[in-house]
Amino acid sequence: MSKTNSLPEPNDQWNLWEVFIQESDNEPHRHAGSIRGADAENALQNARDVFARRGKTKSIWIVQSDHIVATTTGDSASFFDPTSDKVYRHPHFYKHTLDDELWKK
Amino acid sequence: MEKIKTPALSEYLIRLADDRLILGHRLSEWCGHAPILEEDIALTNIALDCIGQANFLYSTAAESEGNNRTADEIVYFREALEYRNLLLVEQPNIDFASTIVRQLLYDTYGILLYEQLQQSTFKPLAGIAQKAVKELRYHFRHSSQWLLRLGDGTVESHLRTQNAVDKLWKYTDEMFISDAVEVELAAKGIAVKSEALKERWFTIMRDLISSATLTVPVQGSFIRKGGREGKHSEHLGHLLSEMQIVARSYPDIVW
Repeated sequence: MSKTNSLPEPNDQWNLWEVFIQESDNEPHRHAGSIRGADAENALQNARDVFARRGKTKSIWIVQSDHIVATTTGDSASFFDPTSDKVYRHPHFYKHTLDDELWKK
Repeated sequence: MEKIKTPALSEYLIRLADDRLILGHRLSEWCGHAPILEEDIALTNIALDCIGQANFLYSTAAESEGNNRTADEIVYFREALEYRNLLLVEQPNIDFASTIVRQLLYDTYGILLYEQLQQSTFKPLAGIAQKAVKELRYHFRHSSQWLLRLGDGTVESHLRTQNAVDKLWKYTDEMFISDAVEVELAAKGIAVKSEALKERWFTIMRDLISSATLTVPVQGSFIRKGGREGKHSEHLGHLLSEMQIVARSYPDIVW
């Protein structure tokens, strides 16, 4: 039997993509989940079929998960702790959260 | 609204519905078996679109007959001989490549057909067509993208896809036969003469198949047809026996 017929290694999976769905105008794209996709068009279609078919959807963004730059747990202390006792430094101390009027206008 | 009640109208609507139902059922057979979870969901979504369109068409057919037949009765209690779908849509899945090629051959035809049916003088059909066209355009996007990937993919995917194109091509001429029912309804502006769709269909298919680095088959002199008269391949009987078993074993069951 040729090698191509053996089961793929776990890392032979298609690329992982993060999916962001906008439900209507004037709302932000929100993270909906992740899907696998062979390439951008395939991933976009998969995102549509998994996340957008049932609900109300205005637009979909996808981005390959590898392209997201994120903090690590090791960063937590130096990144976040210094501000945790100074809530007035956070923009949302003064005003809105995502669900507030700010986004609906 | 003008009432149009002719056997031809019901016959035509049932044909359209049977095409959608049988193709949808074939796709539903992939549920739980597709190569990857996302594709499993995609194929079953498309299956649901097809069966949803069929449901509207059956109900409209029953209404036009002026009797109380329900869509379920039409679907579950007819024999293969009474089914009017194209032979193409009843062909088995075989592999992913065959499924995609069968889908693409129909999707391309479906878009051309339902685009025109949006202008049908029979308003309920025009309404169904408007919804169907949107869905078919997505189905086409899905199947045409896969054709390009499979044809221009690995040696194996190329071979399997070419094989599917070669095997299914002989069923495509049946889509473009305009018989007495179609001609009668087309004269009233209700139906579309499908023979008029062939040229555009062929151009689109030829370009897509070539882009996928595949070869367009030469149409043989022997055309596979008969679906519209109930002369089906052996595959439809097996499909129906599975689809109808519950409804026939427990008539009037509700779920």
